Amino acid sequence: MSSENSGTTTRRSFYSVLINLFGGLIAAVIAIPAGAYLLLKPKNSGADEMVEIADVGTLEIGKPKEVVYFRTRVDGWKSSKEKTTAWVVKNSAGEVIAFDPICTHLGCAYHWEDDQKEFLCPCHTSSFGIDGKVLGGPAPRPLDRYVTKIEGGKLLISPDLQKA
Amino acid sequence: MFKAIWGWLEERTGIPSGIHHFLDEDIPASAGWHQVFGSVALFAFLIQVATGLLLALNFGSTPGEAHASVRYIMTQVTGGALIRGLHHWGSSAMVIVVVLHMVQVSLWGAYKKPREATWMVGCVLLLLTMAFGLSGYLLPWDNKSYWATTVTAKIAALPPVAGPYVARLLGVQGGAIGVVTFARFYTAHIMLLPLVTVLLIGAHLFLVRKHGVTPTPEDAGRPKKKFFPEQVFRDSVAVFVFTMALVLMANFAKVGLGSMADPTDTSFVPRPEWYFLFLFQTLKLFEGPLEVVGAVILPTLGLIALILVPFIDRGAAMRVQKRTVAMALVVFCAIGWAGLTQRAIATTPADAEDPEAGLKPPSLWAQIPAEEVAAVGYFRKDNCARCHVLGRSSLGPDLAREASTKSPDWLLEHFAKPAPDAPDSQLTGAQMKALVTLVTKRDEKGLDAWQSAPIEAVSGAMIFQTRQCFLCHQLNGIGGTVGPPMNGLSSRHTRDWIMGHFGDPKKYVQGSRMPAYKLPQEELAQVTDYLLAIPK
Repeated sequence: MSSENSGTTTRRSFYSVLINLFGGLIAAVIAIPAGAYLLLKPKNSGADEMVEIADVGTLEIGKPKEVVYFRTRVDGWKSSKEKTTAWVVKNSAGEVIAFDPICTHLGCAYHWEDDQKEFLCPCHTSSFGIDGKVLGGPAPRPLDRYVTKIEGGKLLISPDLQKA
Repeated sequence: MFKAIWGWLEERTGIPSGIHHFLDEDIPASAGWHQVFGSVALFAFLIQVATGLLLALNFGSTPGEAHASVRYIMTQVTGGALIRGLHHWGSSAMVIVVVLHMVQVSLWGAYKKPREATWMVGCVLLLLTMAFGLSGYLLPWDNKSYWATTVTAKIAALPPVAGPYVARLLGVQGGAIGVVTFARFYTAHIMLLPLVTVLLIGAHLFLVRKHGVTPTPEDAGRPKKKFFPEQVFRDSVAVFVFTMALVLMANFAKVGLGSMADPTDTSFVPRPEWYFLFLFQTLKLFEGPLEVVGAVILPTLGLIALILVPFIDRGAAMRVQKRTVAMALVVFCAIGWAGLTQRAIATTPADAEDPEAGLKPPSLWAQIPAEEVAAVGYFRKDNCARCHVLGRSSLGPDLAREASTKSPDWLLEHFAKPAPDAPDSQLTGAQMKALVTLVTKRDEKGLDAWQSAPIEAVSGAMIFQTRQCFLCHQLNGIGGTVGPPMNGLSSRHTRDWIMGHFGDPKKYVQGSRMPAYKLPQEELAQVTDYLLAIPK
């Protein structure tokens, strides 16, 4: 009697293990692609990696210039060409910095005040030095910079921002 | 710890004892592998819900967006092609499993008293499964979707009296389907049908539990078994095999995407999904005013007969081996179905369109007149880039960023003598005019011609212009109609055919009036490249 009982129990737990195994495999086969589908970055087709925006030779040292350029913006299945700008500064060492044209405080567009030699945001009077450091006002951090590189005398700009 | 949580759950919700009650259901001793199909059908539905939900998260649900978003899912989203493959093949698999489930029930006579209602609810679930397939077929909005749904809508409009109202319900406007039909099919596919299906699956399961799994005559006097573990194990194995088969299909049988629906493309031969082909063939058996017989009356009668099966076959329960009439009927239906389907496949011409045409990124430059593509070539030929470097500031205005605002006269003069030290232009008057259009018009397609048109294609467009092919042939809306239009040439002829045809048109087309063009091999290749790139 007792041996029959334990036999039934073993059989039941054997089936239980197999059922759970199959269930787990099925769940994994569906859940893994679903996770990848939702969480991984889609392949970017059509987005510009680096856009050429200016001739480094034409930039004046120590005088920021607002450069207008076109960038392909990709939003899911839509891509559009959009006009955008960057504040470009060349220093005496020949290095070029491209700032995001948006104040780090609340997102207003700032401009260069040539008399004061500072970037000034008209919204809440945040001001930044030519190196992007905060000089005054409520801005929480220096100006954000675009990742750039110089190739053959041309300034290339990536859509990615480096936050200070 | 586990026991404590389990105990808490039991006391507060009763879920654990509910699970036990579910698993310990009594089933007849004869229950076995033949009864797994219901569980597999339920699981197939759940897979469709899960994959459908995932697809909807990346789907632009209007005709303008749908096609591009499906291409995005297929080519850019990680695992997107697999998820769509599961959903696509899952719909076919669900039809197969539901039909197998019904065949099993028919062979065993499991629809007999008191299970008639279970059978009838099941028949409605079969219809819902097919309605899912029909409505989902439209959603990628490629040519296949559009034209197959156009046929569906026309059939729905056939019945006398009700026809026009049904057509209106399907969103048909002015005899054609469009945004309204799309909105209705989409809403049906993701809201209405799932809701009704879930309710009816609930009713179906309730009835199955109420009446219990159908016993066979041999079960009389034999002790009952429990649902758990053997039958649950069989169901798990069947569901596992189903899932693996589906994943293999989704991985290896790639689901295509045709070109975006083009309501003016009359050359497209629509075809329904394979499980509708027998209806499609039945339709063709009747002509003229009798069409409604094949399209609506026969299928409706067949459906009524199917629903009424339990009331027609009212005999006492028999062992499955003795149910020869039922077997003969099932075999007869299967042969009839296979015969009609085979005839439908044999009599439908093969699809001329590349099944993956819609997956390739659209080349915008191929959609503008040859003159405008050729103008890019003139720009290069006349060395305009010496000052106008595209995409960045240079000596002259950057024409890729902003269109020229100068007057045409100023531009023509400028082209003739761009700068005091510049060499004279090599362009003709007509070519300069094309260049005026290029630099003053600024749209996405024109910019794409500048940025992405391959050199061969631009050269091809220049040849198309200098040889004045447009006098007889229309291309992207411009040109004469003496010869055939150049749009969609790639779906009509092979590369070798086109290249051979230039040298000796009469050899390829009897009575052709096109003069022979003995182009140098290089030019021949360039103009052929260009023409093959022109979309439908």
